[in-house]
Amino acid sequence: MSSVSLEVPAARVAAAREALDAWVREVVDWHFDPATGCPFWLERAKTLGWDPRREVKGFDDLRRFGEFDDEWLRGGPVQRWVPRGMAGKPVYVFETGGTTGTPKTRINCEDFRIDYEIFADTMSEEHFPKGANWLMLGPSGPRRLRLAVEHLAQYRGGICFCVDLDPRWVIKLIKKGWSEHLQAYKDHVIDQGITILQANHDIRCMFTTPKLLEALALRLESMGTSIRKIGIQGVFCGGTEFTPQWNRFAHEELLDGAYMIPMYGNTLMGLAPSAPTGPHNNYKIAYYPPQPRAAIEVVDFDDPNRIVDYGQTGRVKLTTLTKEFFMPGFLERDEGEREAPYDRAPWDGVSGVRPYRGFASTTTVGVY
Amino acid sequence: MRDTNLEFCIPNCMISIPVLRWGQPYTSMDVDEVVHFSTGEPIARVSRANGGLIHKDMRKAQRARDALRTVPIDELIDRAGRAGELYMSATLPMGDGTQTPDEFVHAQSASTGLPETLCRANMKKNAFVLARMRDILTALTRGLALDVLTKGHGEERHVPISYQAQSPVLGLVLPSNSPGVHVLWMPIIPMQIGLVLKPGPQEPWTPFRMAAAFFEAGIPREAISIYPGEADVGAAVLDSCPRSLIFGGQPTVDRYKGNPRVQAHGPGFSKILIGDDQVDQWEQYLDMMVESVAVNSGRGCINASGIWASRHTRDIADAIATRLAAVKPLPPDHPEAALAAFTVPGVAAAISQSIDADLKTPGVTDVTAKYRQGERLVPHGRADYLLPTVIHADSPEAPVAKKEFMFPFVTVVECPQEKMLESIGPTLVCTAITCNETFRRQLLDAVHIDRLNLGPVPTSRLNWLQPHEGNIVEFLFRARAFQTAPLGA
Repeated sequence: MSSVSLEVPAARVAAAREALDAWVREVVDWHFDPATGCPFWLERAKTLGWDPRREVKGFDDLRRFGEFDDEWLRGGPVQRWVPRGMAGKPVYVFETGGTTGTPKTRINCEDFRIDYEIFADTMSEEHFPKGANWLMLGPSGPRRLRLAVEHLAQYRGGICFCVDLDPRWVIKLIKKGWSEHLQAYKDHVIDQGITILQANHDIRCMFTTPKLLEALALRLESMGTSIRKIGIQGVFCGGTEFTPQWNRFAHEELLDGAYMIPMYGNTLMGLAPSAPTGPHNNYKIAYYPPQPRAAIEVVDFDDPNRIVDYGQTGRVKLTTLTKEFFMPGFLERDEGEREAPYDRAPWDGVSGVRPYRGFASTTTVGVY
Repeated sequence: MRDTNLEFCIPNCMISIPVLRWGQPYTSMDVDEVVHFSTGEPIARVSRANGGLIHKDMRKAQRARDALRTVPIDELIDRAGRAGELYMSATLPMGDGTQTPDEFVHAQSASTGLPETLCRANMKKNAFVLARMRDILTALTRGLALDVLTKGHGEERHVPISYQAQSPVLGLVLPSNSPGVHVLWMPIIPMQIGLVLKPGPQEPWTPFRMAAAFFEAGIPREAISIYPGEADVGAAVLDSCPRSLIFGGQPTVDRYKGNPRVQAHGPGFSKILIGDDQVDQWEQYLDMMVESVAVNSGRGCINASGIWASRHTRDIADAIATRLAAVKPLPPDHPEAALAAFTVPGVAAAISQSIDADLKTPGVTDVTAKYRQGERLVPHGRADYLLPTVIHADSPEAPVAKKEFMFPFVTVVECPQEKMLESIGPTLVCTAITCNETFRRQLLDAVHIDRLNLGPVPTSRLNWLQPHEGNIVEFLFRARAFQTAPLGA
């Protein structure tokens, strides 16, 4: 294994790893216990030829499950993913972002709240003041993000205003080449956001995507104002590819001094906020998962069991470890560079995230 | 004496080229390398813009026109002429370095695969247009007093006239594979319209050198932006400029058909038609036919891709094939090099396979096959060449009769004269060899022919005093009604 960043004491990294291994044992025990596990994993256990509860001692042992095939998440019955240990609790079902066809689904009871509360506790009062109201200028409908951001606002004592945005329609417009309709739809979304921002609701925080942030900032500029001048202090931004150049452009020419936290994540994993970024680190964006509830590995393109060295490029491999959802070794449609632990996240992260070169030419990136 | 072993002269200094935002350099954190087409060796590092940058900058587009309107058009024409001289002869700034005319030619050839002789020929075209700007604008505006474009109104034959600019800037999404298209935007600055250029990924050279020449000649810097980048940059240019030109394939043309904001330039399907009254003397026109097919390595939309006649077609095809068999890949700096390389991997192979598929149609033959040694496709390093190819089709129904490829390629089609006009399809340039008045009248009336040459004018030989595929003045300015009356006391 490569050496880790000197900025984080080795003992902290080792402790985080021990906590991860312990949590892995607890989560595997839960999902493969007939009393608490979900039908999908209990059925799958019968085909493994080994007993996960006895043989998984730590995170590395999860490789024995092989790669998680996200096609398993398409179609029903969705109940096969509900752990028996969650029986009687209200269950949400969230769908993945902008794809078409039968969507992939993930069930949730409390995960989205827990993940976003953990994140909310790291937010600064200066940029995301408690009690401030929020604007969720992002995808609506059957998406985890919409409820999660609303919960984030509520958790910090605010109220969240939302807009209607259907990312699947955006993807269709792009694929059809209907650029005028695409522009009109983007205008429609921005119109909704501007209306809310001008309605005296004391909105000081916002979630949005890079493309919508750009469109909002330019609209506000044409109105003689700016993101900051209209009252926004903090922006939580993610959902599509987020390059250092775009990050710099946003800081220098769009935000007008508002603070921004880039975020990487999806319905299957949760959220991985970026370490602080700006001119001090050449606008590099390094994402760190909410370990031990989720882990990111950057793996060799040809050997998904081999983690690349720090600074080297590989494919992003996600593992989700909660009592509601167990997803070991999912190879994301992204690639990036492996990042060393840092002070607030003494575990691996990933930077330079971009579409995986094997899929890049077939992926349509919308506003979300 | 040089032999036909390909040798490549590689520029020995790496230049960094920034984005140009209204004349101001902006170094992006995203950089693309421009590489030598054959060796892959880096030649330049080009800053990559992002779409938002363009949307942001276009909020100030009016400043480009305002700055240009502080200089009279007469003076801009003189400065354009001076820019042409500098472009041809001066050492000009290029990114973080400078570039002599020879270095420019080496670099353009190295990244595009175009032989240096053709690069120099394209330079001359650009310079010619800049030198003749006054005549060209007079012709394109049909003699309009040019200050009408500045003021927006004037008087002609005692009648008020008004020409309203439809955009303060013209966006251009430029190709990599044909430096000749740059002549189309040379008249824009003298018309006091700003330029927003998205260069082709392998051909940043002409936009940046021309901008440097314009600046040296006194054109306001804020009149020109250059945004190298990927597809999102091209889309942003088209989105944010009220008037744009884009160069691409047939799908691009189809996509923007009927869009008043975008003039799409694609394949030309240019042709030579020989009437029954002249076809028995076809040999007199052989030079004209060969030039139409092969000049500029057959890359232009104005190169002939079809030669149509009712008889002697096999002889015509054979004679052209014999002449073109001499055209072979040569080092780019060879004085006789006439064939450009295909620099995008797989493109040449796909074209060759497509031609082979067309050859399966009954009555279709590759006449060049017997004159060349080896295959049509000649791989070399990271690039490929396609040897000139002459096809004979004994019917206009053969699909190959309406194909166009970016190398010296032509189909000689046997077709009765009375069926030609209904069979040729859209034709950018048509050279017709006939004295038959009825046929000439039909040719003049044919709305699917854009540029018509009556007589032995090579399709590739343009008169720059005439509009090309749409009049740029009409695209940028709207003639409208305008009246004035004195205000009461």
